[in-house]
Amino acid sequence: MGFLSSSVSVVCYQVQGKLARPINETVEQGLKQFTIRNIDNEPSDKAVGWTSFEAPFSPDFSGASFSYGTYFLFSLRVDKKSIPAKVVAKCCALEAEKRLKQTQQKVLAKNEKKQIKEKVLHDLALRIPATPGVFDLVWQYEDGRLWFFSTQKGANEELETLFVKTFSLRLVRLFPYTLADLSCDLSAPQKDALLKLSPTKFLE
Amino acid sequence: MLDVSVAYNRYKFLGHEFLTWLWFVIETRSDRLKDADGAPVTLVLGDRIVLENHHKEALETVTIKGSEAELEEGRLSVKKGAVVTELNLRLHQDDRTWRFDIKGESLSVAGLKAPESDGDKSDIEAVVLDKMDQYEKVLAFVRHLYREFITLRTSGEWDKKTLHSIRKWIASA
Repeated sequence: MGFLSSSVSVVCYQVQGKLARPINETVEQGLKQFTIRNIDNEPSDKAVGWTSFEAPFSPDFSGASFSYGTYFLFSLRVDKKSIPAKVVAKCCALEAEKRLKQTQQKVLAKNEKKQIKEKVLHDLALRIPATPGVFDLVWQYEDGRLWFFSTQKGANEELETLFVKTFSLRLVRLFPYTLADLSCDLSAPQKDALLKLSPTKFLE
Repeated sequence: MLDVSVAYNRYKFLGHEFLTWLWFVIETRSDRLKDADGAPVTLVLGDRIVLENHHKEALETVTIKGSEAELEEGRLSVKKGAVVTELNLRLHQDDRTWRFDIKGESLSVAGLKAPESDGDKSDIEAVVLDKMDQYEKVLAFVRHLYREFITLRTSGEWDKKTLHSIRKWIASA
């Protein structure tokens, strides 16, 4: 569900740390450095990178095109090639048959079977296009707030990893403890009390 | 600060208590709620509520979908010791309505439907800023409510007053 969908899911983050000024240029540089790489016609089975919100399949971050008012808006793209196990099994069986005929052997060694599987996976990965997953995010740099428009566990983990790698800033997911600790202006005694809390017994 | 994954699991009960408290707030002072800027809002339960009850080692999950009358079953579950883990809510302000689900353990918001905007749809920047304003209305409101809850929860007020009132509300269900 993208940012402009009629129904969205959101996970909130706090961004800790500051970027080198000018901010827009630093962000642009980071996004360009970690732009999604096209893996169609390549043996890789997965690619993760940034892409443009308005053109997710032709990323272009030039001229602060990711800046909307006080927000940065861009997307995480995760491209994956999923090769059905039955297709792999069929191709391996055909390849093994061919090899047996060529070598006049009766059986293949374990190592040969492994080599065949690796070759089959490599060849299939070249032929199968990657399935893209696009997840939008909005970042308000000054307040250190970031909204990620997906609650998928895997997508959130990819975001956390790539964000740190790109900007060298810490991304803290806001859930009950972190929201209380970081965003609720609790006093020192309240933070101590927070650490010691245990579940309430609502029934007497 | 604690390790994030340890803190997530150790304190997810706070999210469940928050939603249980929120249900109590909706039933006892829904018409007196204010948003993060102090403007009056109305918050009502939507058509879905999920509760969990721990019976010794076993975990019982109750999902209720339906109208107000059917939420009676939810109230009975709370009476048996269940806590709320997910809520579907409707936020009203002026003539606008936002619908969303909130999950206690993560405080993530799902299925958020914002009111339709009548702005110029060909101006992408205006559309983006308007959408973000609409989403932030709900997200800031949730933060505002959570701040009220956690302030109570980390003060003596929770045990002295709030818990007593919640117990009375549960008993009256």
